[in-house]
Amino acid sequence: MALETVKKAIPLSTNHAIANAVKDLDVDVISAYPITPQTTVVEKISEFIAKGELDAEYIHVESEHSALSAAISASLTGARAFTATASQGFALMHEMLHIASGLRAPLVMSVAMRSLSAPISIWNDQSDLFNARDSGWIILFAHTAQEAYDTIIQAYKIAEDQNVLLPVMVGYDGYVMSHTIEPVITESREKVIKFAPKKQYPYKLDPDKPVSIGAITPPEYYYEFKYQQVNAVNNSLPTIEKVDEEFGKTFGRSYGLMECYMCEDAEALIMTNASYASTLKAFLPDIRKEGIKVGLLRVRLYRPFPLQKFIEYTSDKKTVLVIDRAISYGAPFQGPLANEISGAIVREGLKLNLISVVAGIGQRTVEYEDFLALARLAYEGKKHKETIFYGVRE
Amino acid sequence: MYLELRFHGRGGEGAVTAATILARAAVLEGKYAQAIPNFSAERRGAPVEVYSRISDKPIEKHSQVRNPDAIVVLDYELIKMVNVLSGLKPNGIAIVNSPVNEPLDNVKTYCVDATKIAKSHNLVISGWPTVNTAILGAVSKALGIVSIDSISNAIAEQFSSPNIAKANAAAALDAYKMTSLCGDSY
Repeated sequence: MALETVKKAIPLSTNHAIANAVKDLDVDVISAYPITPQTTVVEKISEFIAKGELDAEYIHVESEHSALSAAISASLTGARAFTATASQGFALMHEMLHIASGLRAPLVMSVAMRSLSAPISIWNDQSDLFNARDSGWIILFAHTAQEAYDTIIQAYKIAEDQNVLLPVMVGYDGYVMSHTIEPVITESREKVIKFAPKKQYPYKLDPDKPVSIGAITPPEYYYEFKYQQVNAVNNSLPTIEKVDEEFGKTFGRSYGLMECYMCEDAEALIMTNASYASTLKAFLPDIRKEGIKVGLLRVRLYRPFPLQKFIEYTSDKKTVLVIDRAISYGAPFQGPLANEISGAIVREGLKLNLISVVAGIGQRTVEYEDFLALARLAYEGKKHKETIFYGVRE
Repeated sequence: MYLELRFHGRGGEGAVTAATILARAAVLEGKYAQAIPNFSAERRGAPVEVYSRISDKPIEKHSQVRNPDAIVVLDYELIKMVNVLSGLKPNGIAIVNSPVNEPLDNVKTYCVDATKIAKSHNLVISGWPTVNTAILGAVSKALGIVSIDSISNAIAEQFSSPNIAKANAAAALDAYKMTSLCGDSY
């Protein structure tokens, strides 16, 4: 950001940046269970509605399961619908996640990614979102409050695209990002709506033309419905890329599907997302001064996974060190993303050394010295068969 | 220029708002800033920490501040309960709401009686003097990075009631004028 542009920025937490995006998108229906682990996203939206800055239906429901149910139903009537969640609330929604994608409801949900109970932890990791990765949603991660604002806007344009019609979730780190206040440029509603105009949902629920949707489907047909979802998720990728490019042309900010930072002369890459990506960006210049030639591979689009970008960015690299902030208990690699990357390596026959690292569980802080140690590990490029549980006391 | 700060306050005392106003003031000057609450199982009155970063370049880092350039203490009693100097950089400074005008151990310390100033402007909520805006006057004076005018403008943006904003800005200005190095040791 140039100096002139930062002056137009206002200090917002990522939660409030997202609430502003919802306001600027003129969302019609917001449903929420307004008790922890809910975030200040929905609190701020209710303020906007109370002040008359957003004309929307705000539904206070009795649980997160109902929050998503209401958002799905609203979405299927053709309304632009939104909900937000985190942690246990997200877990309680799980059943409805699959119904949202199965019914092809083009709604958007923000997730302040947090750890799961038991034991109780209110802090950040990504256990909640990675538990939901196979629910048929498009999944994007933001690494700054600005990107979160921008990505929510992009998310509606993607979700409501007639060739996509899928729910989109936008993940960002709980606390570390959700409550950190930083400068954010917000756009006018006029400009935002022009970029992401409300689309007529083609199969909307209409009392004048009653239909049943999502009815019981016998073995003769169910599989085909699921296969349609397979294609829908895979085929959404070019739209997601195009929407980001158009966003760049309209607002001067774009992010790509995957970002490779200090990449060109790097011999090894550290693959991570959200706040770890932004923090590593800050640390990389000092890490490079130690003669450690590593770069950052930032996951922005997670579902569908931009495999071609991954191949392109890693083609001349020796090692990729994947940091997971969620655990896939008992899996060959116990970080969920590392497991997927190992699948990509096998599928493409890549000669790439994969190091799987789990870190930051329950917001165990990872500082410069830790990133430096992980960068060294990546740069050395040794083979590590087991997932490294970095920083744990045994 | 790149500065990291740590605020020490009590839950409900407004340390988060202080850091937010400071960030807003820095942004008004074309700088980059963050305010970062450190959440725990919150209780009103319990010791809390809030961090802030100010820079003339975009700030990528998203994490807690471990080695601040300055610490800001909103409640003098906290120095008996918490090691407020923990991790402070070797040439770091302390800015303390102090009724006694004494420096902290071996640290360049700025003192201001923010409690007295807050009371003089009737900034008292439920019996608690709200020192979070007054202390920003001291921060402005001690750091010399964010001007008192910007603090005042940021306060005006923060509070929806013009009268409340005015009283808070006046408290910040008073504190700005009254802040000085503590005691005689410097």
